[in-house]
Amino acid sequence: MYDGGKIITGLVIGVGLLLFPVFYNAGKAAKAPERVLTEKAKAAQKCVEPISFMKTEHMKMLDEWRQQVVRDDVRYYKSTSGKEYYKGLQTTCLDCHSNKSKFCDQCHDYVGVDPYCWDCHIEPKENQ
Amino acid sequence: MNFIFSIVLSSVVVLILVLIPWIGVGALKLDTLFGIIIPYIALFVFFAGIIGRVIGWARSPVPFRIPTTAGQQWSLPWIRRSPLENPKSTAGVVGRMIFEVLTFRSLFRNTKLQFRSGFRIGYEWEKWLWLFALAFHYSFLVVLIRHLRFFTEPIPGFVNLIEQLDGLMQTGVAPVEGFMLPSVMISGFVLLGAVTLLVLRRILIPQVNYVSLPGDYFPLFLITAIGLTGVLMRYVLKVDIVSVKELTMGLVTFRPSIPYEIGVLFYIHLFLVSVLIAYIPFSKITHMAGVFLSPTRNLSNNSRFVRHINPWSYPVPVHTYDEYEEEFRDKMIAVGLPVEKMPEEEAGSAEEEKE
Ligand code: HEC
Ligand code: HEC
Ligand code: HEC
Repeated sequence: MYDGGKIITGLVIGVGLLLFPVFYNAGKAAKAPERVLTEKAKAAQKCVEPISFMKTEHMKMLDEWRQQVVRDDVRYYKSTSGKEYYKGLQTTCLDCHSNKSKFCDQCHDYVGVDPYCWDCHIEPKENQ
Repeated sequence: MNFIFSIVLSSVVVLILVLIPWIGVGALKLDTLFGIIIPYIALFVFFAGIIGRVIGWARSPVPFRIPTTAGQQWSLPWIRRSPLENPKSTAGVVGRMIFEVLTFRSLFRNTKLQFRSGFRIGYEWEKWLWLFALAFHYSFLVVLIRHLRFFTEPIPGFVNLIEQLDGLMQTGVAPVEGFMLPSVMISGFVLLGAVTLLVLRRILIPQVNYVSLPGDYFPLFLITAIGLTGVLMRYVLKVDIVSVKELTMGLVTFRPSIPYEIGVLFYIHLFLVSVLIAYIPFSKITHMAGVFLSPTRNLSNNSRFVRHINPWSYPVPVHTYDEYEEEFRDKMIAVGLPVEKMPEEEAGSAEEEKE
């Protein structure tokens, strides 16, 4: 091998960089966080829409709500179950999910999103 | 090869690659195969392949310096030298390599030969390829770093920072209702745009078109398909991101598991990525390793003051002129040929005896 020392060093650095996630997580069992529901949510039993829809689409839903309220003044949402909801971030979602840090944030931290909504919208006071 | 044939061939292959997981997961429920086994195989092929390629290059001798003199080499003090283009030391080579890898200097030097008015040749400024290449590679890098959020727990700060910068525009509300998310990642769209431009370049410029083969179109189409499935997954046909992360974390911690129901689109994306990863070592994309070993970039131009011995040279019996004259001096003098060293009658003969 010619210039073997240099090339092997480079190769080790390159492979090491690519394997960064393996070293970084070595020995950790990274579990998805357990979801925590408030008493109010437990009593309601159901979210605005079926859970599989909420899990994947709530961000789009909030974006649509925002658009419809702020631009079109359409303030009520009829869910597929027939119930009517006020299209509000603080007033609807966080009414049931008032444990924001344990519910929204915990899940968002896990997937690495940090919605900028709370720059303006007021976070609920949590006293659990 | 006809370029239409090349394009059709590579797009058909990409389409088939999309259909395989679609049928495999969507109809046959082979989640474990597509979610765990194929990604692991792809990673193994990638690492084995790339190490094999690099070792192969390392074993090939490069007996001569190939300085590609785009600049004046180091010579006399009053001649201005170009230390970056024509480095004489390792430090210069490192500098040249850093600029090559990070800013694609050799693409920047691209010019186009053409006739200006009449028959006067001119070299036109041609930076488009450089620009597309920069946009393409850097957006790809950002997308890659952002994906680290699926492979690390807790997510390191720089990943979140890059994601934040990428979503800087906060362009949530699209005219199409229900299409957009609160934050739109710019890099994904830049990547798709740059890939499209790189494809168009191959199709529209006749000279580039002529030298393009399926091996050039296929990676571009594959990357387009990966980008499209990714963008679709993020903005339109949502999948359960939390389950996705459970799967990917299982892969990197070697405790693989298939979470319940992710959505076929994710498996299509993952399969295409696996194909790309496994394909890298055997295709032009190996340049990610090869650029560091390109002799025109990584050799300093020191031929004038360091002797480079060809590694396959073997000792050749030589008979130098000195030895030749030593042997035939008398005869040369006898026939009147000029000699380097005249034997001096008295002192000289004593000297010769010593030798
Ligand atoms: C009436 C009370 C109520 C309201 C209002 C409500 N939720 Fe829910 N939410 C629930 C309940 C109860 C569950 C658990 C449902 C289940 O397990 O089937 C839930 C589940 C969820 C989940 C899934 C969590 C998981 O880990 O499975 C998300 C995400 C969610 N809600 C977001 C929202 C958002 C965003 C809003 C505002 C648009 C909202 N919720 C409004 C009660 C509510
Ligand atoms: C089950 C986990 C989970 C829970 C619980 C959850 N989210 Fe999310 N949220 C996500 C995921 C996953 C995304 C999108 C990540 C992506 O696409 O990169 C997201 C994205 C968002 C976004 C868009 C962020 C952006 O920058 O694009 C908003 C807004 C949001 N969630 C609001 C909420 C609110 C409000 C709650 C609490 C009521 C909540 N979410 C609870 C998982 C969750
Ligand atoms: C620049 C400040 C700002 C930011 C950031 C912001 N909002 Fe709002 N939002 C407002 C204002 C102002 C209203 C109008 C309230 C009204 O008219 O009732 C509003 C209204 C809404 C409404 C409907 C009314 C209500 O009571 O909630 C929704 C839903 C909403 N925003 C969602 C979001 C989401 C989701 C995000 C994050 C992706 C977000 N907003 C970020 C300022 C902001």
